[in-house]
Amino acid sequence: MFKKLSRAALGAAVPHEKGTAGMQTVKMPVPSKIVLAMQQHIGAPCTPVVKKGDHVDVGTLVGKAPSFVSANIYSGVSGTVSALDTLRYPNGASVQTVVIQPDGEQTVDPAVKKPEVTDYTSFIQAVQNCGLVGLGGAGFPTAVKLSPKNLDQIDTLVINGAECEPYLTADNREFLENSEEVLAGIRAVMQYLNIGRCLIGIERNKPEAMDKMFSLTKSDAAIKVAPLPSRYPQGAEKVLIEKTTGREVPRGGLPADVGVIVLNVTTVATIGKFLATGMPLTTKRLTVEGDAIAKPQNVEVIIGTPLQEVIDFCGGTKVEARKVITGGPMMGTAQVSTDFPVLKQNNGLLVLGDKSAHIPDPQPCIRCGRCISACPMGLSPVEIAGAFNKKNVEALDDMMVDLCIACGTCSYVCPAKRPVTQTMALAKDYLKRKGGGK
Amino acid sequence: MENHLIVTASPHIVDRSSTRKLMGNVIVALMPCVVASIIIFGIRALLVEAVTVFACVAFEYLYCYLMKKPIPVGDLSAVVTGLILALNLPVSIPLWIAVLGAFVAIVLAKQLFGGIGFNFVNPALIGRLFLFTAFASRMTAWVFPQSLSGVDALSSATPLVAGKETALPVIDLLLGVHGGVLGETCSLAILAGFVWLVATRTINITIPVAYVGTVAVLALVFAGPHTVLLHVLGGGLLFGAVFMATDYVTSPFTTKGKIIFGIGMGIITWAIRYWGNMAEGVSYAILLMNLFVPYINDLTRQKPLGGVKKK
Repeated sequence: MFKKLSRAALGAAVPHEKGTAGMQTVKMPVPSKIVLAMQQHIGAPCTPVVKKGDHVDVGTLVGKAPSFVSANIYSGVSGTVSALDTLRYPNGASVQTVVIQPDGEQTVDPAVKKPEVTDYTSFIQAVQNCGLVGLGGAGFPTAVKLSPKNLDQIDTLVINGAECEPYLTADNREFLENSEEVLAGIRAVMQYLNIGRCLIGIERNKPEAMDKMFSLTKSDAAIKVAPLPSRYPQGAEKVLIEKTTGREVPRGGLPADVGVIVLNVTTVATIGKFLATGMPLTTKRLTVEGDAIAKPQNVEVIIGTPLQEVIDFCGGTKVEARKVITGGPMMGTAQVSTDFPVLKQNNGLLVLGDKSAHIPDPQPCIRCGRCISACPMGLSPVEIAGAFNKKNVEALDDMMVDLCIACGTCSYVCPAKRPVTQTMALAKDYLKRKGGGK
Repeated sequence: MENHLIVTASPHIVDRSSTRKLMGNVIVALMPCVVASIIIFGIRALLVEAVTVFACVAFEYLYCYLMKKPIPVGDLSAVVTGLILALNLPVSIPLWIAVLGAFVAIVLAKQLFGGIGFNFVNPALIGRLFLFTAFASRMTAWVFPQSLSGVDALSSATPLVAGKETALPVIDLLLGVHGGVLGETCSLAILAGFVWLVATRTINITIPVAYVGTVAVLALVFAGPHTVLLHVLGGGLLFGAVFMATDYVTSPFTTKGKIIFGIGMGIITWAIRYWGNMAEGVSYAILLMNLFVPYINDLTRQKPLGGVKKK
């Protein structure tokens, strides 16, 4: 109770809309083409290692990571490289792409074989060869995450299975359909990084996933299921760490600073899969949902598939699509066009009709303070907005706007329907440009 | 381009709350007080309320129309201001005075500072205090509840003014059959409104509880247990604590701030009532603490997750 006095951090009671939670994942057939963007991660863009006319197989390296903070990109189809092109991201950045015309054979590259992992170094090498990034949405290269400077101080692995975004059930399906791979991945990380404890954070609105993981880990004292309240955003990394371990990641710090590594459940399961088969990351499960989609479902798609083909596979649209979002409705990206390809870190595809595509017009702030009590990071959005309007760098620094995780909670709860999250992003960027923050 | 997809920044969903709904909740919460005022003081209470509300809305509309600003009357905040102001007037108030109060509240205290969200003091409170200062005798011409007594327009003091000589039974304090302004007398109606506001999460219980609690404790300590109920129920405390001190714009953001705000108002109210020469101190207490809100906010800001104070 006294803790609530220093920081309310109530979060938001977002709707769950998890109608697809019980649906078995459906595998989507090979699309007419795949478009592999050379940047599907945080870090340096990959360099294409194929040229037009080259033949590729499933698992062939297409884009090579130029440095450690990057992640290889592999082909998910067998076929012919038809073009090297560029693509514009919704944020305005341009990125190189490799377009592949599938031949439908799906022959597997002979280079794909079970990796030999014996120690930490070969394990990190394997994760790199998998082309793995944080699949919860952030897309941070996993190999980098597993290489903290203070490796010997890491004592806890936290698995992020919160899936706090409305609609999305892809991680829930991962728990239910691939629980063995999840556990294999967890055990591998624990073994090679010498981590003694693992906590699997799952929101209480996923009772099946919780039951399954609980029964599978009953006999293992080192792995525990940590139920989380169903309140957005439990899956935000720093919130999750606090909820599961009670530790606070310091401002400007990383989870490793408090002895924790956090991996998304699908990410860790992909490690498990790769160690068993050597097949790099080339497919992704998407929850296809929204009031405009004809048949909402979980679909396993080949990375690079154009969004339109995924929509068509799910029966097309019932009503005209007015907004297409990759990811969840709270933090996902509104796409300019359905020609855009599926990226590694996508976990949802929402197709909204006219009714739900619009957000009400903003009204004057009534200073009700709901953004303050809701902010999971304990920030004061309304006051930060005031300081930003005055371009007061010192106040922005004092109020630590750099801690904002852009989760969208403040905008969600605002009765005046103000774009608070956007203002926070602008304020955070302004502080950074002025050299403040940490 | 042939596609017409809407592209906006996340989040792509928002909850169903709105300024209009919040203000609507306050209006609903004020209804028991309105009904009680009509029962206790007669049908003229309704006339005063209707005129004041109409005047507030009209002034807001006119001001924004003349200033070529968007017309904000749809957010219902002017209705709330009008209702609260009306419930702060005695039933015998001449209507032109009520209209003048509405002008001060809406134009001087609210719109001149930028409209909703920018007023640093509660508009209805300024309207009330202006009228009390300008028309002191008319504002304190308490008329004894006529419909219940059957006697017409008999002057009567509020229980606080009457003080110790005429100790009213608790039931009268709860039902509000005593002198006072329209909205403050019937404690049960105020409590019903309070329950509605809390149940709909329009307000948080912190400010009213801290405020009323502080006054109750101070009454207990300084004036003895028999005065506690009189001080809590007999004046404008409950109405002020529930409907005026909880105004979003002029109260602190965090729970910590709200507690300090409530205690501050409680101390000032008590100081005015007990050590000062006025019977009533709620308006000035709220007004003074309104002015402290920016400082309270600065001092009670919540601590971010992982945020360590910089040296």
